[in-house]
Amino acid sequence: MTTTIADLKRGQRGIIKDISAEVIPLKLLEMGCLPGNEVELVQTAPFRDPLYLNINGSHLAIRKETAQQIEIEIIP
Amino acid sequence: MAKQINVALIGNPNTGKTSVFNQLTGLNQQVGNYPGITVEKKEGICKLPRNVKAHILDLPGTYSLNASSLDENVVIELLLNKNDKDYPDVAVVVSDVENLKRNLLLFTQIKDLEIPTILVINMADRMKRKGISIDVPALEAELKTKVVLVSARKRTGIEELKEYIVNYRHISTEPCLNASSMDPDYFNRLRNAFPNQSLYKLWLVITQDVNFGNVNRQNVSLSEGFVTKDESTLKRMQQKETILRYQFINNVLKKAMTVDVNAAKGLRAGMDRILTHKVWGYVIFFAILLLIFQAIYDWSSYPMDFIDASFAKLSEISRATLPAGPFTDLIAEGVIPGLGGIVIFIPQIAFLFLFISILEESGYMSRVVFLMDRTMRRFGLSGKSVVPLVSGTACAIPAVMASRNIEDWKERLITILVVPFTTCSARLPVYLIIIALVIPERTFMSLNLQGLTLMLLYLLGFGMAIFSAWVLHKILKIKSRSYFVIEMPNYKLPMFKNVGINVVEKTKAFVLGAGKIILAISIILWVLASYGPGENFSNAREIVEAKYSETYLPEAEVDELVASYKLQHSYIGNLGKAIEPAVAPLGYDWKIGIALISSFAAREVFVGTLATIYSVGSDEEETIKSRMASETNHILGGPLFTFASGVSLLLFYAFAMQCMSTLAIVKRETNTWKWPVLQLIVMTAIAYIAALFAFQILK
Repeated sequence: MTTTIADLKRGQRGIIKDISAEVIPLKLLEMGCLPGNEVELVQTAPFRDPLYLNINGSHLAIRKETAQQIEIEIIP
Repeated sequence: MAKQINVALIGNPNTGKTSVFNQLTGLNQQVGNYPGITVEKKEGICKLPRNVKAHILDLPGTYSLNASSLDENVVIELLLNKNDKDYPDVAVVVSDVENLKRNLLLFTQIKDLEIPTILVINMADRMKRKGISIDVPALEAELKTKVVLVSARKRTGIEELKEYIVNYRHISTEPCLNASSMDPDYFNRLRNAFPNQSLYKLWLVITQDVNFGNVNRQNVSLSEGFVTKDESTLKRMQQKETILRYQFINNVLKKAMTVDVNAAKGLRAGMDRILTHKVWGYVIFFAILLLIFQAIYDWSSYPMDFIDASFAKLSEISRATLPAGPFTDLIAEGVIPGLGGIVIFIPQIAFLFLFISILEESGYMSRVVFLMDRTMRRFGLSGKSVVPLVSGTACAIPAVMASRNIEDWKERLITILVVPFTTCSARLPVYLIIIALVIPERTFMSLNLQGLTLMLLYLLGFGMAIFSAWVLHKILKIKSRSYFVIEMPNYKLPMFKNVGINVVEKTKAFVLGAGKIILAISIILWVLASYGPGENFSNAREIVEAKYSETYLPEAEVDELVASYKLQHSYIGNLGKAIEPAVAPLGYDWKIGIALISSFAAREVFVGTLATIYSVGSDEEETIKSRMASETNHILGGPLFTFASGVSLLLFYAFAMQCMSTLAIVKRETNTWKWPVLQLIVMTAIAYIAALFAFQILK
């Protein structure tokens, strides 16, 4: 099973590996969600949805279903 | 005379673009709409050095030129149309020093349109605290433009910016990115097909609708002989463009900016820990909501009482000083009470806009959206629906417009459809007067019964909105690509000037907009109530005197009988009698029926209508309330306003769709009459049925 942003624990960071242009809105890419960039899980709402992230210095929140589409590699 | 320079202010949301605009123009600004759409258009005049004037246009905030909403689309429409009278001579891109990397994406796109583009780095006062240092000359060299460090809060850098605007002709228009590097083959074909056009402009025209599917538009036909690509390929190319731009930006910033990470963090993390906390986050949000309602209903009652009394006085004075006649009657009985009905809303509307703009300016609103998204989604709404639902307590019109940043079309449509259920301020005067009439002024478990009723009505409004959202969620079959992105901006202390201007502008727009309708309707009503067809009306005095010829009545009482007889036989009386059978089962008489009909234009007209109908022919200074209390139900006998008919009216107003302006705005936002007509029919049906049951059970 692949690791995605939805698998991060609070405060944990990862590097974005792959995203699919079909599923992920362009707006998210424009906000810095691109392969190679670092992502940190800042906070979660109840039931871990939505997720509050720091991607490449941009602070934003996305829903879990979107987060599950963004493959990452967790920084140990 | 020197030519006026056209300046367009462009930037991401939350960069303080509007603060820069306010600093440049001061109060020299006006807010209107773009033709045909309801996107707010803010423009102003700025005096520059050497007697030059600039026309400044504050464009809606956008993250890029790939529009995904109506507001963002305004930016690209303007930048693609050289013939537009607002087409900028120079673009000023406002960025936030802490999000420079992301903000530069938009900058490079605009620069590629070959428009002279100045980069403003706003919030420069935060640099030291965040450990950021910027090498301005290096940045200018890399981006081939002028860069200004500005702090709108501390008012630094504005003069320098003005200087650059005056000298905009010296700014290079060389693009940042070679568009054809996205796909050399494709762009070569494009260049051959349209040799005289900027390639990037062509690319934007081709892709304009890819991310923005909700507005029907004639497809831009490029010309025969050129085959563009399918949507998914275009999307992939846009993705590639974004990656290329970020590569360029990363290279630039490597040379021109350093960030000392150790100095960062701080305020945001600490505040987020509390404000987005799983328990405290919600407690704080509801406490803030309570505070807002407290302000609207309690604090604003003082200025409102004052306004009410002043207008009663004004009516009296005008009657005393102007010569008697139909014109004076129109002024004292039609126009002044009508105007009073508008002005009395100002305190509440202003309070509400004050709170909403503080919540948005401070960055808190995004946290609420984050906290509420999951819960709202269960009802087919989005976290972003919270803003429209809260603004809906002021007025449904800005609330419907506030739904624009909801990405998902189904969630947005449901939000638009249910927002009119929330208790807007126009319902308030109706509620207040009916509650005062039919709910006893007692306490129940140490709570004021009247206040409790008002609160119940608010909860009823929200409850109905949420419930109908859930029903729509189950019924509507709309394929939706549910996604949701919201920026969590830094916390900022709201700037007094921004909040102040916002409150004044919004209140003014509301008062002028609603004011015209109310004024027109109150004049029409007055005319309809003061004139009537046939013998019965013109010979009212003779008929009444003949009827009472046997009994002795004082002069004043005769006058009153004549007035009431006249009213019954006036145009409006005849109309009211015609609809009485329809409203009688709800416990209303024909006068309330008239008020109901006229308030289909706008709810707040209800009280004004009753005021006009009851004050026609009455010379005594009486409050509307005491006149209403003394009305009798001529069908059932006894007082007209009982507990049963009162509750029935309250429920009718809670549910009915009585606002033409809202219907018009829903039509504009959804681009079809289907949804507003559905709203009108369904909401009115619910209102009628609820009122009918309430009256028949309680009477």
